[in-house]
Amino acid sequence: MDRKIRVLVAKVGLDGHDRGAKVVARFLRDAGFEVIYTGLHRTPEEVAMAAVQEDVDVVGISLHSGAHLTLVPKVMKYIEEFGGDLNELVVIVGGIVPADDIDKLKEMGVDEVFIPGTPIEKIIDYIKAKVPEKKRTGEKV
Amino acid sequence: MFDEKKLEELKRKREGWEKSCLNPYLEKYGERDEMFETLSGIKVKRVYDPTDIAHLDYMKDLNYPGEYPYTRGVYPTMYRGRLWTMRQFSGFGTAEDTNARWKMLLREGQTGLSTAFDFPTLMGVDSDDPLADGEVGKVGVAIDTLKDFEVLFDGIPLDKVSTSFTINPPAAIILAMYVAIGDLQGVPREQLRGTIQNDMLKEFHAQNTLVLPPEPSVKVITDIFEWGVENVPKFNLISISGYHIREAGSTAVQELAFTIADGMAYVEAAIERGIDIDRLAPQLSFFFNSHNNFFEEIAKFRAARRMWAKIMREEYDAKNPRSWWLKFHTQTAGCSLTAQQPLNNIVRTTIQAMAAVLGGTQSLHTNSFDEAWALPSEEAVRVALRTQQIIAYESGIPDTIDPLAGSYYVEWLTDKMEKLAWKYIEQIRKMGEGSMLRGVLTGIENGFFVKEISRAAAEYQRDVEEGRRTIVGVNKFAIEEDLNIPILKVDEEAQRRQVERLRKIKAERDNDAVREALEWLRSAAENNENVMPPILEAVKAYASVGEIMGVLKEVYGTYRKPIII
Repeated sequence: MDRKIRVLVAKVGLDGHDRGAKVVARFLRDAGFEVIYTGLHRTPEEVAMAAVQEDVDVVGISLHSGAHLTLVPKVMKYIEEFGGDLNELVVIVGGIVPADDIDKLKEMGVDEVFIPGTPIEKIIDYIKAKVPEKKRTGEKV
Repeated sequence: MFDEKKLEELKRKREGWEKSCLNPYLEKYGERDEMFETLSGIKVKRVYDPTDIAHLDYMKDLNYPGEYPYTRGVYPTMYRGRLWTMRQFSGFGTAEDTNARWKMLLREGQTGLSTAFDFPTLMGVDSDDPLADGEVGKVGVAIDTLKDFEVLFDGIPLDKVSTSFTINPPAAIILAMYVAIGDLQGVPREQLRGTIQNDMLKEFHAQNTLVLPPEPSVKVITDIFEWGVENVPKFNLISISGYHIREAGSTAVQELAFTIADGMAYVEAAIERGIDIDRLAPQLSFFFNSHNNFFEEIAKFRAARRMWAKIMREEYDAKNPRSWWLKFHTQTAGCSLTAQQPLNNIVRTTIQAMAAVLGGTQSLHTNSFDEAWALPSEEAVRVALRTQQIIAYESGIPDTIDPLAGSYYVEWLTDKMEKLAWKYIEQIRKMGEGSMLRGVLTGIENGFFVKEISRAAAEYQRDVEEGRRTIVGVNKFAIEEDLNIPILKVDEEAQRRQVERLRKIKAERDNDAVREALEWLRSAAENNENVMPPILEAVKAYASVGEIMGVLKEVYGTYRKPIII
């Protein structure tokens, strides 16, 4: 019952900037989460498959390529196709995302977007609060 | 440089100062911190004096600008003769969009061009590939065939403006396209000036634009060297880059050490191939990052120049003084920019640009203040270019050469950086049992570089998280703010237009000629021959980047990086 929160940290698309993803993954692991890092250059399908197979609570997608409005909804679509439940799963995006696009991503169902400079402590606190909250509300649906 | 007796006298004087002046004051007021250190973790002393550089031999360690070991600069007149090239890195959308931005920058006084490609082009994937969906034209210009290059260079005379191309796995293709445009404009190949980044080793350490495995990657680069010294003797055939190593989180010392190590590996690959080192060396260039710790950056540039001169002359036996020069491009540190209070980035960039100029760079890109949000808007890139122009024309900094030479601190730090970098280089050489080429390849294979850089990145982040390192506007002096700067939007239609153009070219070109050129390329790659001539032939027949890379991938295989957090 009291299992560790499982987080998938994913790089999707052709962009190779993985400093942010790796630093966040390392800090989340140190904070007691179970972290799976996909490595680079994954397709939306591969990321969604990993999320469902690993039965994670959180999918964190890191993007510096400007392709977030195309790739993030694709990941979410495939998660549902592969039987994942977006009502319960927390989806987070991190990286270079212009302010207008943050709103658009949230409309698409992304739970939160973290821009560069966000303290990792803030991400950790967010996950700790959001995962149980989504699990509860998700069950009611 | 100093008289022994005077140094003794000074030491006594210093001890006296500590006892009677410093210590009572320290006891009363203390200091801001327990410890002061550079970004590389080098402990900075309270004050430096001649005893710190007593060992310095002016002729041997510094000498005059334009003289070995070039610590003070590679040219005898440096910026008094000619300013550095102002070369803003830019590109987005289609070739038309980028051509327009380039012309704007040239109008505003930029003196060289520098091309940012989109991820599909960087990875050797065509715009109509499913993998390219959403990424076409986003972080740079989309290039599929020579047709795009014709548009990109429309109205830009290759004999007057030099261009830098930040591209790695498809570097041979982009060089071939540039040569083809030169042919079209009637510029003789021996007059072509410019730079291809073409540095795959650092892609494996950082940056991660990875297509072919390490060994074939080095083989193709050596092909470019071999072809380039014969055909385009004024073109920089590689830009050995520390920039991305630093952006991935390395320290300044690691950036210096790993870049020099990679440079040595390329030189060894060229020597193994039988290329005359004195022909190749003048066509090598370097690329460094300039971060926030002002003096450490200046010391890094000075140390790099001195190290490379020694290495080329003493280790690789280059005879031509021109071969001993380390000339470099600098970009201010993208990773130092903050999304919070973006105007503060103008100040960061100014300090970093000043360090690059005081360090003697040949070419400079200053980042725009909005880059933690998006690609630069016109206004932001104009301010960035003006920053260079203000340093160049108003500050007086370029009026004397290497003005910080002889500073007790700067000379001490230059030595320190060099010593620490040598330690890494010797470690890498040991991994290769005496060969730097084998050592670097081994370090890629066993994850040495990635682990070292990741560790430094995590330590840096830890210092920021715990407030030991201040980032103004982020972990100190933060405010509640709404973003009110204009953000560049890349036209979402760019992808559709680009795919359309590619399909049209594929339908209209001579497909037999494409097939023949690609077959020639395949056989050259399979038979360990130089791939440049068939690539040039393929480019001229309007074969696409994806088609040409496709052949290389089939013959040499592809690479997937091991996962190391």
